Amino acid sequence: MPTFELTPAMMREIIMDHYSSPRHKVTPEGEGYETLHSSSINCIDDIDVFLKFDGNGKVKDACWNGTACAISTASSDILCDLLIGHDEKEAKYIIDQYRKMIHEEPYDSSVLEEALAFMNTGRQAARIHCALIGWDAVEEILKGHHHE
Amino acid sequence: MYDVYKIRNDFPMLREPQTMQGHPLVFLDNASTTFKPDRVLDAMDVYNRKETANSHRGDYDLCNKADRAVAKARESVARFLNAGVNEIVFTAGATSALNLVAYGYCLKVLKPGDEILISLAEHASNVLPWFRIASLTGAKVKYIPLSEGNRITVEAVKTALTPHTKFVSVAYVGNVLGYIAPIKEIAALAHANGAVLCVDGAQSTPHLKTDVKDLDCDFLAFSGHKFCAPTGTGALYGKYDLLCAMDPFETGGGMNVKFYPDGTATYLLPPMKFEAGTLNVAGIIGLGEAVEYVSSIGLEEISAHEHMLKAYAVEKLLATGMVDIYNADSEGGIVTFNVHGVFSQDFATYLNAQGIACRSGQHCAKMLNDVLCVPATVRASFYLYTTKEEIDALVEAVKHGGNFLDAYF
Ligand SMILES: Cc1ncc(COP(=O)(O)O)c(C=O)c1O
Repeated sequence: MPTFELTPAMMREIIMDHYSSPRHKVTPEGEGYETLHSSSINCIDDIDVFLKFDGNGKVKDACWNGTACAISTASSDILCDLLIGHDEKEAKYIIDQYRKMIHEEPYDSSVLEEALAFMNTGRQAARIHCALIGWDAVEEILKGHHHE
Repeated sequence: MYDVYKIRNDFPMLREPQTMQGHPLVFLDNASTTFKPDRVLDAMDVYNRKETANSHRGDYDLCNKADRAVAKARESVARFLNAGVNEIVFTAGATSALNLVAYGYCLKVLKPGDEILISLAEHASNVLPWFRIASLTGAKVKYIPLSEGNRITVEAVKTALTPHTKFVSVAYVGNVLGYIAPIKEIAALAHANGAVLCVDGAQSTPHLKTDVKDLDCDFLAFSGHKFCAPTGTGALYGKYDLLCAMDPFETGGGMNVKFYPDGTATYLLPPMKFEAGTLNVAGIIGLGEAVEYVSSIGLEEISAHEHMLKAYAVEKLLATGMVDIYNADSEGGIVTFNVHGVFSQDFATYLNAQGIACRSGQHCAKMLNDVLCVPATVRASFYLYTTKEEIDALVEAVKHGGNFLDAYF
């Protein structure tokens, strides 16, 4: 559980900020990106995620692009922020903790930073998959990813 | 006098107040599915609790009762559409009825180079079967262009028909915008062109008086659950000689006369020829009751009520100055809109938080959004039991739409 009080106003501000000005919403031009498409039959969200690793197996760049609601936009964007600089194992841990939070199970809040703003998503059951759409895709990329 | 409050009393979902997210439920997603009145539920309950037996499978009284119940429902549906009783095939809904036409009729008659004509506003269930048939037969799917106001006009149909057009399929009422297509005129044009006309009646049958003889359409598909019948019910109307010329789509018990080890089989005549397997007897009984219920209120009266609600909703929503409406002038009880600056799905979630059920997205008509130039819309759709107060709740929510993230806090 988070060690500090994140007020609804703060959560709202974090989500609105990443929704109205996402930092990582771009289709990358460069080489070396692994990519995966993610969409859902239950909603409009339809996005691609892109991951690039450096020589040490750490995420060098993460971005996403597509049609998405506020929740999927902000959650995918915050995910990109969280991933950069982490290796595969750390990235998997972060995703795992986030998934637990969304499903209202005990989780390690210390790695989630701004992603804690989504702790109430369970109140809107229809939007749970929006909060996960980017995260599911990154997890799939990591599954198929072999690094030395 | 149309008494909407009295009508609401017929529906357990409305009579016993339901809540969603702690608010009284406001159900404005009737183009998706509808509630069921006591009459429908009770008739199904009697069959399930007291009169269960298979239809046409036995020599005893209960079985005979089930047979008669199915026959009675078929008569109700036939009367409802002004069709012959042998022209009504029970199906699992509009989708399965359209697929029956696709695989039973089109697959048999279409040849490479033939054209299937549909519009860009069609529901997936009136698009994808034709894509499949095109790929199986070598026929091509072509589109009737929509007019400036997103209607299907007689002029547009005229220009889209070619000597190769053999089959036309359009919705009588579109499920996103609710415009009525000029079916009678399209039927005349199609026939003069040597083509067959199939009508997707999923959104028209519940709301508009439908007379298949007057329309002179060749096929008409509809779903029961969009007019107070249970899910998994519906029917295909087909002109009897066309049904006779059609191949069965599903084969098996209940539709054959005889079959032999050498693989020869003879089938029953339509409509039974197309009803393989045990029927959805309870559902069909419910469908028959729903038809009688809706008829007892009157399709003209229901249309007028929806028309009044539509005008009211458009006026109130526009007065907020906060929405774009994409179908203000359409005839159906559907308002399709977006709140300025709010993504449709986020607004629908906000509505959910207020207890209001509306649909957001592309509403299964994924080709239409390119025409409207928006990725998605919010759709509020009305039915015989919808009230002005429910529309007021929607309008109130629109006024606070900018706070859409409130749904999460
Ligand atoms: C215009 C139209 N056609 C077809 C269908 C498919 O109906 P069903 O899903 O009941 O088979 C629908 C239902 O949404 C519809 O609105």
